[in-house]
Amino acid sequence: MTNLFNYIDRPSPIHRLTGASKLVCLIAWSVAAMTSFYTPLLVALTVAALVLFRVAKLRAKDISFMLGIMIVYIALNNVLIFLFSPNHGTELYGSRTVLIPLPGRYDITAEQLFYHLNVILKNACTIPIVLLFICTTNPSEFAASLNRIGVSYRVSYAVALALRYIPDVQREYHDISLAQQARGTEMSKKASLINRLKAASSILIPLILSSMDRIETISNAMELRGFGKEKKRTWYSARPFSKADIAGMVVCLLLVVLSLLLTYLNGGRYYNPFMK
Amino acid sequence: MKKFSVKTIVAIGIGAALFFVLGRFVAIPSPVPNTSISVQYGLLAFLSVVYGPLAGALVGLIGHTLIDFSNGWGIWWSWIIASGVFGLLMGLAAKVLKMNEAEIGKKGLIKFNIAQVVCHLVCWMVIAPVLDVYMMGEPWDKLIAQGLMSGIANAVTTAIVGSLLCVAYAATKTKAGSLTKE
Amino acid sequence: MKKEPIISFENFGFQYTAQAEPTLYDINLTIHKGEKVLIAGPSGCGKSTLAHCINGLIPNSYPGKTTGRLTIGGKDALKLDLFGLSKIVGTVLQDSDGQFIGLTVAEDIAFALENDCIPTKEMHEQVEKIAELVDVKGVLGHAPHEISGGQKQRVGLGGVMVGKVDVLLFDEPLANLDPATGKQAIVLIDEIQKRTGCAVIIIEHRVEDVLYRPVDRVVLMGDGRVLYDGGPDELLCQDLLPRNGIREPLYVTALKYAGVTLTPDMRPSYLPELKLSEEQKRQVHTWFSQQPQAPRPPLGDVLLNAENIDFTYAGGHHALKGISAIVHKGEMLSIVGTNGAGKSTFSKVICGFEKPQSGVLELNGIDLSTLSIKERADHIGYVMQNPNQMISKTQIFDEVALGLRNRGVSEEEIRPRVEEALKICGLYPFRNWPVSALSYGQKKRVTIASILVLKPEMILLDEPTAGQDLKHYTEIMDFLSELNRQGVTVVLITHDMHLMLEYTPRAVVFNAGQVIADKSAAEVLNSPEIVEAAHLKETSLYHLSALCGIDDPEEFTRRFIARDREVRV
Repeated sequence: MTNLFNYIDRPSPIHRLTGASKLVCLIAWSVAAMTSFYTPLLVALTVAALVLFRVAKLRAKDISFMLGIMIVYIALNNVLIFLFSPNHGTELYGSRTVLIPLPGRYDITAEQLFYHLNVILKNACTIPIVLLFICTTNPSEFAASLNRIGVSYRVSYAVALALRYIPDVQREYHDISLAQQARGTEMSKKASLINRLKAASSILIPLILSSMDRIETISNAMELRGFGKEKKRTWYSARPFSKADIAGMVVCLLLVVLSLLLTYLNGGRYYNPFMK
Repeated sequence: MKKFSVKTIVAIGIGAALFFVLGRFVAIPSPVPNTSISVQYGLLAFLSVVYGPLAGALVGLIGHTLIDFSNGWGIWWSWIIASGVFGLLMGLAAKVLKMNEAEIGKKGLIKFNIAQVVCHLVCWMVIAPVLDVYMMGEPWDKLIAQGLMSGIANAVTTAIVGSLLCVAYAATKTKAGSLTKE
Repeated sequence: MKKEPIISFENFGFQYTAQAEPTLYDINLTIHKGEKVLIAGPSGCGKSTLAHCINGLIPNSYPGKTTGRLTIGGKDALKLDLFGLSKIVGTVLQDSDGQFIGLTVAEDIAFALENDCIPTKEMHEQVEKIAELVDVKGVLGHAPHEISGGQKQRVGLGGVMVGKVDVLLFDEPLANLDPATGKQAIVLIDEIQKRTGCAVIIIEHRVEDVLYRPVDRVVLMGDGRVLYDGGPDELLCQDLLPRNGIREPLYVTALKYAGVTLTPDMRPSYLPELKLSEEQKRQVHTWFSQQPQAPRPPLGDVLLNAENIDFTYAGGHHALKGISAIVHKGEMLSIVGTNGAGKSTFSKVICGFEKPQSGVLELNGIDLSTLSIKERADHIGYVMQNPNQMISKTQIFDEVALGLRNRGVSEEEIRPRVEEALKICGLYPFRNWPVSALSYGQKKRVTIASILVLKPEMILLDEPTAGQDLKHYTEIMDFLSELNRQGVTVVLITHDMHLMLEYTPRAVVFNAGQVIADKSAAEVLNSPEIVEAAHLKETSLYHLSALCGIDDPEEFTRRFIARDREVRV
């Protein structure tokens, strides 16, 4: 419960970067990876992501749980794509090289496999960066960072409040759910789906209504301590940008430019090895 | 953008915390193996009606981003944005249809449910897939099937959980003066 | 030298927009710089409204109509906004989880500084200083759920002190603390006041606990008016407090029972300096010997038997270390101890919410480990502290019927059973009301009715009277005693020393996952070692009997309680 977001406090060059610059990098990196289907770039980004993982001194076992979810997720996603659109690759690349003939439209083609490789690469080059951000950024810095990159401090503070009250809400949910179970509320597979949802509501209603009561207390407490008075605010956990921060942000923004440039030079989003 | 009151800010924060806890820890087994039902959209629809479109949008955006942060599957911007848009649209619908959350009757519930079904279809059948096609280059067929599945599932949970929440909330607003002991 | 006033109400009145009657009438009250004032009064007397006027929530957050004048720091308070006032008055709210806004201790203390746009570096220095003052330096990086209730309150205090305010306002600071921590909080408030010279206003109905350190003045409120405004010694010589639903310090009541005439020069408001003449001590002695021996109720058969229960949470926290305890049929029992002593975990184990790694748990000789949560609930009912967390239906009838419906009982059978439970709980006239129209105390009864309807042999209540004033406390506890007389076994988990003395003949004391005492409540509270280990507080009767040379403080306590119940009935 104390560490929902898997922050791992272990000094490394990545940890030393400020939350704000890491947030900029995360966004830029995601944009670069999302706009491009230029396979060599995706490969390069994936390799770079793995290198950064080493730099951050993260070990496989720190994130084995999340890694597990990620692999299952990617696998499922690809199976679904293949089931629904086994010929998507053929359409994209405009050629058809059957490797293993299968019944119906489910022939396995080189184009489809290459397309799957691209989808996997796209996941593989962004997910590690997300993990990297989460594992190396103290949640206390989230709100300050958002404010730093231009989000209004009020909205940024809503994020901080969410992080602050998640453990409280979670504990309350747990307690209410036990008391309801004692009265015979059934949420397991024994009940029908509609009854399961109704059962869930008998926990959610007290949880949500008592949370709404709490909103008033908290907003009073905040106003009594001067929140919302000035046009801006400072942050206890904010840190000044270092040279490394600026360098990191410049590199990541250049990645976006590179990604767009490659798409432009390639004359389309898809890098096509099948075109002669 | 108009300035939020402190109370709205707190409502967004607590709302996002609730959205997170429901989405991350409340797994109601669904008929399809290995999937669970997302009750958080019932909450989101309800909060958007009570606190307005911008609050609803931010609860969806923040809550969903935190869920993605906490799980290992990366951040799926397309679905996060769709959650935010759902909050936004529900809040707008509440304004346009003049839903009064303090005394929601049969008519109010019908409005609420029509609005939520339409908003869910727009978000999961149009916004999420369009963004996914553009950002992730995934094929339409698969996305539409996925969107249809989640759209229906979310609409069903919202119909039950969201409606019950609206009724319970309206009941807390009843004035004691209108009651007599028997 | 005449002191300078910092807050002054002149013919002040207030009426909330939504209400038909004013909440405050004709208040004339002045608080001076550096003064320490206790504002006491029963629930609904207007003391919280008065506090809202002082910190500016009225009229800024709760609109209404004011009459008269309110001057704070030489300015017209009604024209100041919340932020202007927050520079003069710092408020520590009752709900310490609502007060604690930051993600960590350091960020929470810094919150007001952040809002003031103080540069980060300077902020770190100031936070460091304040943390030292309120003694939380060792936990600066901790999240709120990693620290104790007492520490949370210290952080709350630190968070308002950074603003360098002139007035510190505490809204029911003792409500959520165990007795020993409450005592420390009062000591801390006293030290901070001496060191900073702030004016301190404490709003509390637990007068005896606040008087653990001297106050300059007590203001007693009732029905929106100031009933008394003067020295604490003079107040205790009269009977204004009990007449207005506030409990006097126990030793004061005992002295009055003994026929001792109190005068201000005896210093009745501060026990360490209380002066009794030899004659007065003899009076107490005589009263003690003339009171009949307090009865000790016989114990029934064993209902619940717990042997060597051992439980460790998944995270590795060893919460119960070989707990053995017995609950007898028809008994009213309290389980006491600090937060984290294992009381709540033990009740979760009894209800089946958690499975112990080893040990035996039997009810009427039947092994409980074979029963599910739902099946156990037919025998043992669990009532949560906050009724709002239990109630999930909008109608009272449906809420009480929920457990039966979930068990598939037919509607024809449900109606009479629900109505019977509602009658026992005094809610029958309200059976068709929505739950939301009820008061907090009535909601508590609804939750008890919803448990009683399942006809359990035993009910287990978590802090049934937390945050209630004497009137509501008496209402809830008398109701539970009545249930007990009707044969329901009642187990209470509590911090409240007086509850345990007054209502439960036997107390089981938990400390660090072990049972360290299982005796009569009077015995527990008269043994300093147990009191110390379990973070309880000795009753002032113990000190009084020592002062009067009575060598059996336990019996003195018992006879006092027996007499007190007769008087109050």
